Amino acid sequence: QPGAELSPRELSLRFLPMLCGVTAQMLEEGSTLLRRMEICVAEAEKRNGKNTVNMQETFTVYLVETRPMDAVAEGRNQAPDSLWRRYSEFELLRNYLLVTYPYIVVPPLPEKRAEFVWHKLSADNMDPDFVERRRVGLENFLLRVASHPVLSNDKILHHFLIEEHGWKEVVYETGFQAKADSRLRALSATFRVRNPDKRFMEMKHYSDELQSHTSQLLRARARVADRLYGVYKVHGNYGRVFSEWSAMEKEMGDGLQSAGHHMDAYAASIDDILEEEEHYADQLKEYLFYAEALRAVCRKHELTQFEFEMASQELVSKKQQHEELSTGIVRTFSFKGMTNKLFGQEAPEQREARLKLLEDLIAEGEEDVQEKTVECGEHVERAWVDMHRFKEQKDKDLREALINYAVMQISMCKKGIQMWSNAKECFLKM
Amino acid sequence: VGHLFCFREAGLTNGTPVETSSPASTSSLLNRLQLDDDLEADIRDPYAEAAETRDLFVTVDDPKKHVSTMETYITYRVSTKTSRVEFDLPEYCVRRRYQDFDWLRIKLEDSQPTHLIPPLPEKFVMKGVVDRFSEDFVETRMKALDKFLKRVADHPVLSFNPHLNTFLTTKDLNKRQGLALLSKVGESVKHVAGGYKLRARPAEFGAMGEYLDTFNQKLGTIDRIAQRILKEQSEYLTELREYGTVYSSWAGSEDELRRPLEGVGGCVTTCCGALEDLGDGMSQDILPVLREYVLYIESMKSVLRKRDQSQAEYEGRLEAAVLRKQEDRTPMPLEVEKCQDKVECFNADLKADWERWQSNKRHDFKQLLTGMADKNINHYEKCQAAWESLITLLQDKQTEDKTSETN
Repeated sequence: QPGAELSPRELSLRFLPMLCGVTAQMLEEGSTLLRRMEICVAEAEKRNGKNTVNMQETFTVYLVETRPMDAVAEGRNQAPDSLWRRYSEFELLRNYLLVTYPYIVVPPLPEKRAEFVWHKLSADNMDPDFVERRRVGLENFLLRVASHPVLSNDKILHHFLIEEHGWKEVVYETGFQAKADSRLRALSATFRVRNPDKRFMEMKHYSDELQSHTSQLLRARARVADRLYGVYKVHGNYGRVFSEWSAMEKEMGDGLQSAGHHMDAYAASIDDILEEEEHYADQLKEYLFYAEALRAVCRKHELTQFEFEMASQELVSKKQQHEELSTGIVRTFSFKGMTNKLFGQEAPEQREARLKLLEDLIAEGEEDVQEKTVECGEHVERAWVDMHRFKEQKDKDLREALINYAVMQISMCKKGIQMWSNAKECFLKM
Repeated sequence: VGHLFCFREAGLTNGTPVETSSPASTSSLLNRLQLDDDLEADIRDPYAEAAETRDLFVTVDDPKKHVSTMETYITYRVSTKTSRVEFDLPEYCVRRRYQDFDWLRIKLEDSQPTHLIPPLPEKFVMKGVVDRFSEDFVETRMKALDKFLKRVADHPVLSFNPHLNTFLTTKDLNKRQGLALLSKVGESVKHVAGGYKLRARPAEFGAMGEYLDTFNQKLGTIDRIAQRILKEQSEYLTELREYGTVYSSWAGSEDELRRPLEGVGGCVTTCCGALEDLGDGMSQDILPVLREYVLYIESMKSVLRKRDQSQAEYEGRLEAAVLRKQEDRTPMPLEVEKCQDKVECFNADLKADWERWQSNKRHDFKQLLTGMADKNINHYEKCQAAWESLITLLQDKQTEDKTSETN
């Protein structure tokens, strides 16, 4: 659609009329999975086994528990159904969803390797804190998928949650891997597409911004955490020197000694504070990865649009050839045309054959264009619904995350005031 | 100067206070206190005692820069209010520069060798490194000079020193500067010329020396910790600033999230400001006081050495006199008696000053550490207020949105 630059706000306003009918219905259908079933990733365990190249390896498995919602509602203490899944199986599930629903902004998985670590945090995948945060991330992924109006209806998803064995085979049987777009095709489309939907280009640009900002923020936050850790820990030295000093004082001794203890407590308090802040970082990371998913939807549009354009162009070219052949008027340069001029035209039978061939190709081409138009159009329609749903979710989630961050900061300030007030009381008793 | 050495010179031996023009010599003060055995330890605290009966108030403020052809320097206003008869007027106001304070200190050290003279802030500053005329430097120095003068004015003996009087009252101190250099040299010569070896230092003075050494160490450690904290906080501040800008730049690409993101960026900026204030407070108020106590310790140790010297001298002379006495039966020479007096006065003065010093130290460090705690509390309070107002703002917006949605 032609038009000036649209702000995200204007884009969503434009889109509003389409929303009403479609989304409400989807919500109705979609949220049923989570309404029917309580899902959680309860535990993590280390296992040893052989990998694909028959070598020993240690990996972690996660316990996926499900329970029918009516059991929960009725207060029946029913044991949940459970099965073990490893990270790679979650990845497989997600890849399947990406290929099968290219118009959906598919929720991301928690990071594969620890990134944006500040010095005290371990970057080791086997570190228990990392495993724990990953467990939470995987649960979050399942909850997001199970509450999605479209994704929650997927059979493979249901299977993933309920049947431990043979699931992989079932996924492969869907043949989704064959449907996956090759990277080369996608890249080519990005460069060569002529008339992509402006809204999708805006959205793609926005996804770049989102990715850039969240990763910048995560890096800056890690550096800040590192420094703050240093500040708090150095205060612990006061504890030791006050203690030594108090030994040589009479009246001042008790006050100094107790104050020293409070300084030690102050220095120790940073560990919990920063541990809690990791939760905030995880929320940011989720949207960092979500940005990629959003971009993937936009690129799929570029691809479908490009294929439509290619098909249209092909059709136009065939029609033109047909016209030239039938009227004899050459509009475009061609070697055939040249040789015809130089060496005389071909025999009538050959011409007839070629015309017939072209007509067949044109018929095929028109079908093709029709198909591609539908494909492109459907993608645009569905993707736009989901991108809007994503935007609302993102605004709500990040706003809450920011509020929670502020709450964390307040808590940190209160603790600091408490500690220093305690120390001050001791100083006053000196 | 003679009348400041205790009552023995006047011939009295029963310990009653002497009616001289200096009513409050340290020894008499001690005696007065010893009579009241049932007093609480706190009231015996010389610091509190002085505060209640203070009749001399001094203040150092109002720094001004003077530019002359030869040099540029700062002067400070020294104001005095007093009801003492030693002063002609009840109020004085003069201008003094650092040199003048230095002169006063040297004069006090010379004339009151048995007393602990409070320290001055550092005389020399590296010209390239520190700006001698920056507001912060001048402010810090002025506070230290004020403290110095107040400590002298609160001292029961030093405050009656005529040099202090001159310092506080005379308009133009410049003519006396010449003497300063000479007397400094003279003092050190005096010490070298002693040359007597000390036999047995009384345990209490030994303990004082040890205490000072250990305390010096602790102060050094605390100073290092405080500096390290400042450094870490400064690096934290750098990162925090950068962190704040990321929120603001992200806000630019959002619509619904713009306000919350800008809000968070704003809070972070506020916290940066509060952190800067904390750092300034620490370097202006905390570190200088720590450094000053190191100087105080140096002064105290020097007084202890002088005491040791005078004891050594006495012992040496005594020994010589005893030997001679055994030989030719002459009575104990007067110099030896004078030396003994000197040592005993020195010991008494020193003990009194030590108690005062300990009490002042307790008071000063109580104030210092409480001040440090207050600064930190204040910093967190500022930050907390900023984050709380952000939450109020965001939550109001939320209820606003909800009501508009239902409408």
